[in-house]
Amino acid sequence: MTSTLTTQRLLAGLDHGPVPRLTVEALVDLLEASGLTGRGGAGFPTVQKIRSIGRGPVLVGNAMESEYLSHKDALLLRAAPGLVLDGLEILAIALRARRALLAVGHRLDPGPVREQIAVRRSSVEVRHLDGGFVAGQESALVNRLDGGPALPGDPLVPVRHRGVDGRPTLVVNAETLAQLALLARYGADWFRSVGTPDDPGTFLVSLTGSTREVVPHPGVVEVPRGTPLGDVLASAGTPLPRARAVLVGGYHGTWLPMAALDAPLSREGLAPYGATPGAGVLHVLDQRACPLRTSADVASYLARESAGQCGPCINGLPRMADTLTRLAAPGADRALAAEVDRLRGLVRGRGACAHPDGTAHFVASTMRVFAGHVEAHLRGECHALGRAA
Amino acid sequence: MSPGPQRLHVDWTRCDGHGSCAELLPELLALDDWGFPVSRTGEREPAVPAALEGHARRAQKACPLLALRLIPAGTRAP
Repeated sequence: MTSTLTTQRLLAGLDHGPVPRLTVEALVDLLEASGLTGRGGAGFPTVQKIRSIGRGPVLVGNAMESEYLSHKDALLLRAAPGLVLDGLEILAIALRARRALLAVGHRLDPGPVREQIAVRRSSVEVRHLDGGFVAGQESALVNRLDGGPALPGDPLVPVRHRGVDGRPTLVVNAETLAQLALLARYGADWFRSVGTPDDPGTFLVSLTGSTREVVPHPGVVEVPRGTPLGDVLASAGTPLPRARAVLVGGYHGTWLPMAALDAPLSREGLAPYGATPGAGVLHVLDQRACPLRTSADVASYLARESAGQCGPCINGLPRMADTLTRLAAPGADRALAAEVDRLRGLVRGRGACAHPDGTAHFVASTMRVFAGHVEAHLRGECHALGRAA
Repeated sequence: MSPGPQRLHVDWTRCDGHGSCAELLPELLALDDWGFPVSRTGEREPAVPAALEGHARRAQKACPLLALRLIPAGTRAP
């Protein structure tokens, strides 16, 4: 990794000293001036979340990392657990929180953060939870922490109104908390000194490849928002001719073709591609893999990861994944392509959480970016396999 | 006092595809491949024209799982 690309803030490994105490007014001003957005996926301005929450809330730090391709929260809890705790404590003080919890996913080690809590005699409660792709969804997580099943709730009753213990509940991603910990110490101008004016600061990128050849050095790097996609790939040693496309944002994300290597990894830079930085996931697809087969496997995984609660998701996601799988077989019937498009339109907006929408978004991206490959399959060819089927 | 313009909200955590809503309100709701209600208007939560409000209320009452609700059109979308 070259030192010119990365900007070590969260991962600098420094001792940042005592936790600053902010009033709610100072907190809102700081968040407003800095433009910090949530690093968990949705990218919502953090100041809006703070403004929308009532007094005496329950705080939940979200380190579930239920996005399969994301590894950043695991690294944070290992390398900088103190910053995540700091962020929770800053919010707890400013908002006069009743309780502060940190939900840690089963793939993550809660040991270092528990040690920090013991050393500081902090009142933050750690919950080490299992669960799949949907378990980190805000209302599913809140229901789980409240003693119920990990199922999303009806969005008409948002957790910011009624969540853990029936109280207004604020759920903030672990990386966002760590960003806040530094922002509160060094200020908005410092925060904005890297990144873009519309999307400032750094973020953690989880970079993986579908093969070891296409991403020889997978891992998590901290880079400024707006860093070109190609620069991050180059830093991981990706041989570009070997890459076919990059999945940006995660399994609910968007395929970018290799023609988009100059795309800045920021909200405005990715918008022309219908993509967002999401939770910072970059996954490079090897040229030798069939993109339809790979995408069908992802869609099938997402179908299996349905919480099993909402009818259109329970039924529609498996049907959509099966149809894409049949389309991925060279020589497939043309009607299957139209059926994939119909099904993604059918599931969209019809669930308690965004899982059907995210899955439909991923499938739409597959059909758009790999349209040429779909045509090849319909002719009975798959150039990834280097032969007619 | 009129409650003002309304739209239809399906609580997907409750809906089990009973289907009476689409039967009583075919102007706004159809059933999908699996018998779950789907908006005919393209809106996630279709606006209820004043002329259909009575039918919409009957559909709401007919839902055995209380999954269909009429909510004020100004309710902030989630």
